[in-house]
Amino acid sequence: MAPLLKVDGLRIEFPTRRGVLVAVDDISFSIDKGEVLGVVGESGAGKSITGAAVIGLLEPPGRIARGNIRFEGRQVNGLPQEAMRRIRGAKIGAIFQDPLTSLNPLYSIGQQLVETITTHTDLSPARARARALELLNEVGIPAAERRIDSYPHEFSGGMRQRVVIALAICANPRLIIADEPTTALDVSIQAQIIALLRRLCHEHRTAIMLITHDMGVIAEMSDRVAVMYAGRIAEIGPLRDVVKTPRHPYTAGLMDSIPRVGEEKEKLSHIRGSMPRLQEIPPGCPFHPRCPETFDRCREERPDLMPTGHPNQDASCWKFAGTVRHG
Amino acid sequence: MARTNSNPPTSLPLLQVQDLSKYFVLSIPWLSRIFGGQSPPILRAVDGVSFDIQRGQTFALVGESGCGKSTVARVIVGLYAPTRGEIVFQGRSLGDPSFRSSRVSLTRMQMIFQDPYASLDPRWRVRDIIAEPIKAFGLAESRSVLRERVSDLLLQVGLSPGDGEKYPHEFSGGQRQRISIARALSSHPDFLVCDEPTSALDVSVQAQILNLMKELQTRLGLTYLFISHNLAVVHHISDHVGVMYLGRLCEVAPKRVLFSDPQHPYTRLLLDTLPDLDLSGRRRQPVTGEVPNPIHPPSGCAFHPRCPSAADRCRVDNPNPRPSQEALVACHAVEEGRLK
Repeated sequence: MAPLLKVDGLRIEFPTRRGVLVAVDDISFSIDKGEVLGVVGESGAGKSITGAAVIGLLEPPGRIARGNIRFEGRQVNGLPQEAMRRIRGAKIGAIFQDPLTSLNPLYSIGQQLVETITTHTDLSPARARARALELLNEVGIPAAERRIDSYPHEFSGGMRQRVVIALAICANPRLIIADEPTTALDVSIQAQIIALLRRLCHEHRTAIMLITHDMGVIAEMSDRVAVMYAGRIAEIGPLRDVVKTPRHPYTAGLMDSIPRVGEEKEKLSHIRGSMPRLQEIPPGCPFHPRCPETFDRCREERPDLMPTGHPNQDASCWKFAGTVRHG
Repeated sequence: MARTNSNPPTSLPLLQVQDLSKYFVLSIPWLSRIFGGQSPPILRAVDGVSFDIQRGQTFALVGESGCGKSTVARVIVGLYAPTRGEIVFQGRSLGDPSFRSSRVSLTRMQMIFQDPYASLDPRWRVRDIIAEPIKAFGLAESRSVLRERVSDLLLQVGLSPGDGEKYPHEFSGGQRQRISIARALSSHPDFLVCDEPTSALDVSVQAQILNLMKELQTRLGLTYLFISHNLAVVHHISDHVGVMYLGRLCEVAPKRVLFSDPQHPYTRLLLDTLPDLDLSGRRRQPVTGEVPNPIHPPSGCAFHPRCPSAADRCRVDNPNPRPSQEALVACHAVEEGRLK
């Protein structure tokens, strides 16, 4: 079966006066129908930019310099604005971090839902309103009949994010790009939004590209995980394998540095230093200056994703050079 | 208030907060004020909070946004005046203006803020940022002593003396937080109020800063009030924890007790939201409801609309913290033994 989304050799550049910054450098991954791919990384790792490129919302001067994005077998990068707009919203939905900036403060949420529904489906305005109500009920807005004519400012943060989710799913898209969907929310609301997304994804067989810095959110929701570092994928594989037996030294360091309840440690292990800025990415493996296992090849030659000897778990690390794919 | 200390209290607590309240009077449009005869609403950001912090320990306040934890921090360091209640620092009341403005209170208590981008002046060199408290309190006899002290502080937080010549924008978030810590340490404080010091940082950098804070605590004998919404971070760094909800303390307990045997239903809810990083498939109660608007908090116990154990009494009567096993818990259900 062909994957729903296939990204191949994607490179995203930002030309600046002081030269070209490479925000995303030759990354490849795919998402299957109904699958949740978690994309995790620290700020500046390139995860949001990748999401924006998939949905055709890369802001100039950012540009796709190389590579391919295929959605349902069709190349979508380089499509004219109008064609992309028809896919966006209808086939690919989006949920962003801050629900207030995703909603228009001047229109009631009913108007915004109806507009989106009539744009992407052939429902009449009256039936679109009925559908909007249905959606609000589905995402768990209490007393939806009363709240449908309210404005975004009349909702709490958690309820706004539910409205944004209703907007994202109103045309029954096959893929949702969720960029830090729970980051702005309090922990008790976060858990509810995660449960909601998980349920919707399951019921509608919608795939999600879940972009977040929070390993906790990834662990709660994803089927597979891609760990990004300095514009590249350091490791990709099934959730359980990446979380429990990380192969890339960066993933291992990241998992170790998360404090956990139930573990008594005087000292947390940490990765020394911090992620390089885009203009200072070192040659070879971008992680080598911070890596505890660096050897000569890491300083000179850049590793691509390679098999680690564990089914479907690949890492960009020279310690796996020569390992053959397994299973 | 009863001590909840696991160690026997050997001396006076370094900081005692007694029945602290901070109300804010909210502004309303002036037309409604003049013609509507409305009186402005009052936000009870902190309402009757009491706790002690023992010397050399870390007390964490944890809760969701709007629970009043940062307001407590700001009242303690004197950024807000309390509406009611008392703060006793090293045995003396900070309500006494002569003590609040004394060198002891000003130098022995310092604060670290959440956002290391906003809390450092971008036009100052790092050495000047760190030297400011030293100069302000006249803590260095000469320029060379000052220079040495600044270099020493930079080394203590894991930077190099040469970094003093740079400006804040040349540093990453984690390094900036190190600079904030160096500045806070420059007046030889005993007590640091840390308001979400790692929330703006990436997780690998967060671990570095938490390690640094623990190291400094051991080396310099510091006492911390640590404000955070992140339970895992609180678990790592604290000795005692206070859980806040809508301006009140629900539960205060030694860390081990709070995490192994949470009593208040809200504490249990918070612990249930912890992500399952070990993928153990641990069973959890689904979380429901939201924090209500603090301007119009629910009657009685503010948590009752979300509480699985709520009864009639909870809707009317606001519970006060009472000793329950090793903790202090403000909950009628716990007191009456009818917790679900």
